[in-house]
Amino acid sequence: MSRILIIGATSVIAEHCARVWAGRGDACYLVARCEERLTAIAADLRVRGAAQVNTYCMDLNNLPNHTTMLEAAEMTLGEIDAVLIAHGTLPDQKRCEQSVDETIKEINTNAVSTIHLLTLLAKRFEAKRAGMIAVISSVAGDRGRASNYVYGSAKAMITTYMSGLRQRLYKSNVAVLTIKPGFVDTPMTASFNKGVLWAKPSTVAVKIVHAIDKRKDEVYVPAFWWVVMMLIKSIPTVFFKKTKV
Amino acid sequence: MRAMTHTISGWGGYPKQEAQVLAPLSLSSCQSQLGRNECLLARGMGRSYGDCANATTVLQTSYLNHFIAFDSGTGLLTVEAGVMLRDILKVTVKRGWFLPVTPGTSFVTIGGAVASDVHGKNHHVAGTFGQHVMSITLLLGTGEIVSTSPTELPDLFHATCGGMGLTGVILTATIQLIPIQSAYMDQKIIKTGSLEAACAAFEEHWDSTYSVAWIDCLVTGKQLGRSVLMVGEHAKDSGLDLTIKDPITLPVYTPAAVLNRVTMRAFNQIYYFKASHLKTRVVPILPFFYPLDAIGDWNKLYGRAGFVQYQFVLPKERGVANMRKVLAKIAQSGSGSFLAVLKQFGVANQNMLSFPIEGYTLALDFKVSATNLTLLQKLDEMVVGMGGRVYLAKDALMQEVVFKKTYPKWQAFEAVREKYGAIGKFASAQSMRLGLA
Repeated sequence: MSRILIIGATSVIAEHCARVWAGRGDACYLVARCEERLTAIAADLRVRGAAQVNTYCMDLNNLPNHTTMLEAAEMTLGEIDAVLIAHGTLPDQKRCEQSVDETIKEINTNAVSTIHLLTLLAKRFEAKRAGMIAVISSVAGDRGRASNYVYGSAKAMITTYMSGLRQRLYKSNVAVLTIKPGFVDTPMTASFNKGVLWAKPSTVAVKIVHAIDKRKDEVYVPAFWWVVMMLIKSIPTVFFKKTKV
Repeated sequence: MRAMTHTISGWGGYPKQEAQVLAPLSLSSCQSQLGRNECLLARGMGRSYGDCANATTVLQTSYLNHFIAFDSGTGLLTVEAGVMLRDILKVTVKRGWFLPVTPGTSFVTIGGAVASDVHGKNHHVAGTFGQHVMSITLLLGTGEIVSTSPTELPDLFHATCGGMGLTGVILTATIQLIPIQSAYMDQKIIKTGSLEAACAAFEEHWDSTYSVAWIDCLVTGKQLGRSVLMVGEHAKDSGLDLTIKDPITLPVYTPAAVLNRVTMRAFNQIYYFKASHLKTRVVPILPFFYPLDAIGDWNKLYGRAGFVQYQFVLPKERGVANMRKVLAKIAQSGSGSFLAVLKQFGVANQNMLSFPIEGYTLALDFKVSATNLTLLQKLDEMVVGMGGRVYLAKDALMQEVVFKKTYPKWQAFEAVREKYGAIGKFASAQSMRLGLA
């Protein structure tokens, strides 16, 4: 049995990961903002076979509360074997362009809060010389694009931070996994028209759980996004700035 | 939550409709959506065939897919409306419990199963899905959430089971599962040379828990209605491990012309001659109940224009003779589908718009074409004349007069809707076509 801390547990991708863990009889500690949804997910995971499910309701932008939450999780689970950080929002790019406040708010939610958590977690995991830290970043962090660069830059910050953290924690036997989903059909992307590039959250979750099991460093989910992003990254800037990709 | 306009349709792909699709994340946000929209309809997996889940605003239950409670001692299960039968099986089969009634696909939600009061291969012994529902929580048009069961607001319960989502939004349901000892089925095949022989075989196997027949709707003359009857029981051993595979998907629509008289005739010949009479074997539970679930999007075989699935029931009295007349009409047209299903129903229940009545039911697909739509209208006339009716979960064409004649409890149904504030609040393309308020 693994003991897993899931931050942003009401994210549909995180929820589907939790369903896989529950089916295996793991213990889950769920952290999210919406109490009603946390309660529903906890009951669901129990029926699906989770050994233990506990919840902690908080807004992750409330940074001073992170330590209290982590202490509560450790106390309840005994030990944290893996943590999945999945919270985030999809900013309205156009609104961000018009508003500094909006931009900073989105950067805080999608980057600062995560880095705050990661700093606290890294210390704890480094000390016990075991564990796995997985964070949902995004393919959007691989290259800034006009259509969503506020989101993209927040995710780029996560990706770069994780890259360094991975190197630092390697010698402490702590695995650090950066997950880069492509288009996933979730409430966050409800307003998009879906085409063949879109994946279901349940499919993506199975791949994420597998990557965590295998203690991988970085995964694109689905894997073809690695190719897509290689191509996008390889376009010279002098041309890229004129395109609409 | 952002709303999105999408083109939606039933599984048959006909008719299509532009709809505002709302996908609430919690039961309480269903309540707020109800307040914000004038009129809406809950929608699950879109596996009903026609336009019964089409509406200008739909409340998609995709994210309302949580288990609430399961007692593996008693088999009592409570789930949110968007949970699929397939999800339930993944959780309960290994613990020795199976669905009391199941339709031919596991990709339907509990909300859909209740709203259509679905039936399965065991209708003659177990009745419909609704007969195994212990209670429902329903969001009424007034915004109030109530619990209803056969003893608690029974009028609302009997209108909601089979009520096509027109009484309110089904939020959760509690159902009684049945115990099983195996994830396998003992299956027996009985080959019959005509419709009369098939119906006699159903009678003969009345005590089999599950029975269904594939029937050839293209062959005419003496062999009219030749069938392959399949009966089954839950096996006693082989273990409770469920093998569940994701379906292979059909990425594109095939040109509608691929399914023509020649290919369908060939398919039926092969199917009939391949079946071996009185063969018994042990088969896994999923392919036994859901043979078509192995292929995702099989509906695309009919091309972009789509198809209509036509399912009707004829009363038992003179049922065989009447069925012969309808079959002859279909066979003569030559446009019946490559897969048609015949089943004997047991007695009807008291749900107001529930489809099954004691007798024989036949389900088959028709490609959407002008000729077929005319044929279906003729078939409707025959079915009405014979005292039968057409299944609302599959219907895309029925006329108001036909509905009101063949579902005599429609006025009682409307009275319940009036009483609980559903009128003007819940409607579908089908309910408007059928003249429901």
